[in-house]
Amino acid sequence: MTGAAPRPGLAPRGENLLAVEGLKMHFPIRKGLFGKTGGYVYAVDGVSFEIQAGETLGLVGESGCGKTTVGRCLLRLYEPTAGRILFDGVDITRLPERRLLRFRSQAQMIFQDPYSSLNPRLRVRDIIGEALRVHRLCDGDWRERVRELMLEVGLPPDLMARYPHEFSGGQRQRIGIARALAMSPRLIVADEPVSALDVSIQAQVINLLEKLKRRYSPSCLVIAHDLAVVEHISDRIAVMYLGKLVEVASDTALIGRPAHPYTQALLRAVPQARPGAKKRRRSLLTGDVPSPIRPPPGCRFHPRCPAAVPRCRTEEPLLAEVEPGHWAACFRPGGA
Amino acid sequence: MPPPESTSAVEEALDPLPRPADLLLRKIWHLRLGVLGAFLIAGLVFIAVFVPYVSPHDPYEQNITARLLPPSWMEGGRPEYLLGTDHVGRDLFSRLLYGSRISLTVGLAAVLVQVVIGIALGLWAGYYGGAADSAVSFMVNVMMGFPFILLAMSLVVVLGPSLQNIILALGLTGWPVFTRVTRMETLRLREQEFVLAARSLALGVPRILLGHILPNLLPSLLVLVTFEVARAIIRESLLSFLGLGIQPPTPSWGTMLAEGRDYMLFEWRLAALPGLAIFLSAMGINLLGDAVRDLTDPHMRKS
Amino acid sequence: MKTYCLRRLLQAVGVCLVISMISFFLLFLNADPALMLLPPDTKVEDIALFKRQMGLDRPVVFQYGAFLKKVVLEGDFGTSFVSKVPASRILAERIPATLTLALAALLFANAVAIPVGALAAIRRYSLLDNLATFLVLMGQAMPLYWLGIMLIIIFGVWLGWLPISGSEKAVHLVLPAVTLGAWILPINMRLVRSGMLEVLTKDYIRTARAKGLSEGRVLLKHAFKNAAIPLVTVSGMQLSLLLGGAVVTETVFAWPGLGRLAVDSIKMGDYPVVQAIVFAFALCVVFGNLVADVAAALIDPRIRLD
Repeated sequence: MTGAAPRPGLAPRGENLLAVEGLKMHFPIRKGLFGKTGGYVYAVDGVSFEIQAGETLGLVGESGCGKTTVGRCLLRLYEPTAGRILFDGVDITRLPERRLLRFRSQAQMIFQDPYSSLNPRLRVRDIIGEALRVHRLCDGDWRERVRELMLEVGLPPDLMARYPHEFSGGQRQRIGIARALAMSPRLIVADEPVSALDVSIQAQVINLLEKLKRRYSPSCLVIAHDLAVVEHISDRIAVMYLGKLVEVASDTALIGRPAHPYTQALLRAVPQARPGAKKRRRSLLTGDVPSPIRPPPGCRFHPRCPAAVPRCRTEEPLLAEVEPGHWAACFRPGGA
Repeated sequence: MPPPESTSAVEEALDPLPRPADLLLRKIWHLRLGVLGAFLIAGLVFIAVFVPYVSPHDPYEQNITARLLPPSWMEGGRPEYLLGTDHVGRDLFSRLLYGSRISLTVGLAAVLVQVVIGIALGLWAGYYGGAADSAVSFMVNVMMGFPFILLAMSLVVVLGPSLQNIILALGLTGWPVFTRVTRMETLRLREQEFVLAARSLALGVPRILLGHILPNLLPSLLVLVTFEVARAIIRESLLSFLGLGIQPPTPSWGTMLAEGRDYMLFEWRLAALPGLAIFLSAMGINLLGDAVRDLTDPHMRKS
Repeated sequence: MKTYCLRRLLQAVGVCLVISMISFFLLFLNADPALMLLPPDTKVEDIALFKRQMGLDRPVVFQYGAFLKKVVLEGDFGTSFVSKVPASRILAERIPATLTLALAALLFANAVAIPVGALAAIRRYSLLDNLATFLVLMGQAMPLYWLGIMLIIIFGVWLGWLPISGSEKAVHLVLPAVTLGAWILPINMRLVRSGMLEVLTKDYIRTARAKGLSEGRVLLKHAFKNAAIPLVTVSGMQLSLLLGGAVVTETVFAWPGLGRLAVDSIKMGDYPVVQAIVFAFALCVVFGNLVADVAAALIDPRIRLD
C-alpha cells in the first residue's frame, strides 16, 4: 500500500495525546581506533502510533524487540535518532533537557525492576515526594500528598519513613507507581510493570493499575512481553518485532482475529486455563532470534515465519489495514 | 577402583571452602587488627589535639648544653627529657608529639583537596561521557602513570615550601585515584532505573549527581579516603625528608628523620623514632580501613 | 591486535606530550621564568639579554614549540647551570646506576614474592599465608626511607655486616636493592597469591591432575603460567613505582643515580636537568606501560577486546 504514512488505530478521530511518527533509535557500537562506530544496534527502526486521551495501548514483543527503548524514547530518556514525538501537539523530540520540564510533569514512567528503580538511600516518602518538593507543586504539605498517594496504591502511610529494602517486591512496585502518580501525569508508560514480580503478586498490581486507570483516566502505554498481562488492561494492542511494529488492533480484534503470523505464534504461547478448550495448534516458530544489529532483509520475521513466501525475503511489508482499525505488516495476513 | 588418597596440596587448594574455624579465625583476626588500628588512630588524634597539655617541653626550645642526650632511663640521660634530646638540645619526645599535628593536618587537608577535585571530575566524566570522559580519563592515565614524587617536588619548589603549598601539591597530584573510582561507579549508576526515574522527574543534573548518584558512591569512597589519608601522611613526610616539605625547625616527622640521619651512627633513635611514628600512624589507618572494608563489603575484599 | 597496539601507541605519545607540556609550563608558575633559569646573582641587564637570547620574550606557545623541537630533534635539554654541562649528558652518565639498582630490586622482589606468594596460595590459611598477608599489610604502611634507614642501622651499624654507602662493589648494592625491592614486594606477592588462588580452583587443574601429572608439573606448567599474567600487567605500573622509589632510595643511600640527581636538581632549581629527568621518567613509564600492556594482550587475548 502506498500513499501517506499509515496511522494505525486512528479510527474515531479523538484527541490525540501522543503521536509517534517514524521513531528510530539506533545505538552506535564503539569499535576501531578512536571508538569509531563499528555498526549500530537498530533497536527501534521506524515505529509510528498514536494514543488518544484516556486510552491504553499495549505494546507486546519478545525480549530485545525494542519495546523498552520505545518507552524510554517517549519519555525522552534517550534522544531519538530519527522520527518525531508529539505530545499534546508539541514536538518534544529534540527539545533540550531544560525545556522538557512541562512535558516531564505530564508524562511519567513505571519501571520494570522494583529493586533498582528505587534509590536505596532515600526514604520512601522522599522517593515518592521528591518531585513535589523540588518543583514546589504542593502549596500545602507535600507529605500530605505522599500520604494520599500511598493510600491510593495500597501502602500503609506510616511506613513512609522507611527505606526501600524494608519492603517486598510487590510493595516496591507500588512505591514506584505512587512516585509516577505524584505529579498527576496525563501519560503513563508502564515498562513491564509486573515482569519482575511473582505471579501471585502480578494480578494484584495489574488490578491496582486498572483501578487507577478508572479513577484518573490517564493515557497509558503498557509494555510487556506477555500478552496475558496486556490483554486485560489495554484498549488496543500493538505487537513489535525486531524494532518494527507488525500488528496493531483493538484488544478483541487482535486476540480473536490475529493477522500477523508472529501474533498468532504469541497467542499460541499463552497458556489457556479453560478445561475442555480445544487444543491449539503448536506454535510453528522455528529458527534463531535474529540480532538487531543485522536484521534480515525483506520482512524481518521471514526466517522464522511458517507462512513465508519468496516475496517475504526481498520486500519489506508495511503496515496495511486488513479490516477497519486493524493493521498488519504482512503479505499474507491471516496466513499461518 | 577407589580414588587415590588425596593429600596433595593441589587438592587442598582445589577446595574453595575453608574450614569454618579458619573463616571465623580470620574474621576475628581482622576485627582485632581493626580494633588495634582504631586505638592507634585514636591515640594519634588525641595527641594531635591535646599536645600542648601533654607535651613536657616546647618543641622549639633549644638547649645547647643538653645536646644529644640519651633517653632518661639510660646512662647520661635526664629524667625531664624522656627520650633524650636532638642535636640542638630539643626534647625528642615533645617534638614527636607535635609532629602528629603536622601529619594529621596535612593528611586530612590534602585528602580533602583530592576528594573535591577527584569526585567533581569523576562525576562529570561518568555522567556526561563522550568528550568529557575521554579528556578526564586521559588526564587520569597521565597522572597515575607518573611517579608522584617528581611532580609534587617540582610543585613545592615552584610554589615555595609552606604548609599550604604542600597540602596543595599533595592534593593536586593525588586526585586521580578518586576520579577513577567515582567515574566507574557513576557510569554504572547512571544506567540504573532509579537514576532514569530521577531524570524523568526533571530533577536537574546537580540534584541527580549529588542526591542520587553520590550517596550511592559513598561506601566505596569512604574506604578509599582512609587509605589515602595514610598515603598522604607518608608522602608529606617524604617531602619533608627530602627537604622539600615542612622546613625545620617545625617538627614534622619527616624533617626530624632527615635531621636525625646525620646521627645515624651513634644516636640512631633520632632517625628511628620519627619513622616509627609515621609507620604506626599509617599502619593504624590502614588496619582500620581494611577492617571497615571487610565488614561493609565482603565481595570487595582482596583475597 | 593491530588496532589495539596502534591505539596504545597513540595514547602513549599523547601522554608524553602532555607531560612535556606540564614540565615546561611548570617554569611559568613562578612570576618570571628567566629568574628560574638563571643563577640568582645575574645582573638585571644580563637577564634582559638572556631573555631575548632564549626567546623568552616570545609568546608562550612558541617557546613551547621551540622547546619541543629541540628536545625531539636534538635531544637537547639545554645546559645545566650547576655543572655547565649539557643536561642530556648528565642524564646519560647517571642512568646506568639507576638501572642497576632497579633491576636488582626487581630481581630481589620477585625472587621473594613469587615463591612466597605461590606457597601462600597453595597452603591457604597456613602460617605462611598469614605471615605473608601481614607482610603485605606492613609494606603498605612503611615509609620507604625509614625502611632504608632502619636497614642501615640494623645491618650497617649494629651488625656491621654490610657497608652503608658507596657504590663501587657489588655488596654495596645489597641494602639499596633490598630497600627498593621491598617497595614493590607486597604488591607482587599479593598478586601472585591471588592469581594462583584463582587458577587453582579452575577445572583445568583438576583435569591435569586427573591425567596423572605429578604435582610439580601441574603447579609449574599449568597453574603458574596463568597466575603470571597479572604480574605482567602490573609490571608497567611497577616501573613508575620503581622510579619513584629510586628517588628516595638513592637519596638515603647516596647512590649516584637519576633519583638523587632529580632531588638535587629540583632543590637547586637546575631546570634544564629537571626537565630532562621528567621527560626521561615519563618516557620510561609510558612506554614501559605500553610494552607491558601489549605483552599482556599477547598472552591474554581477552584484553584486546578493550
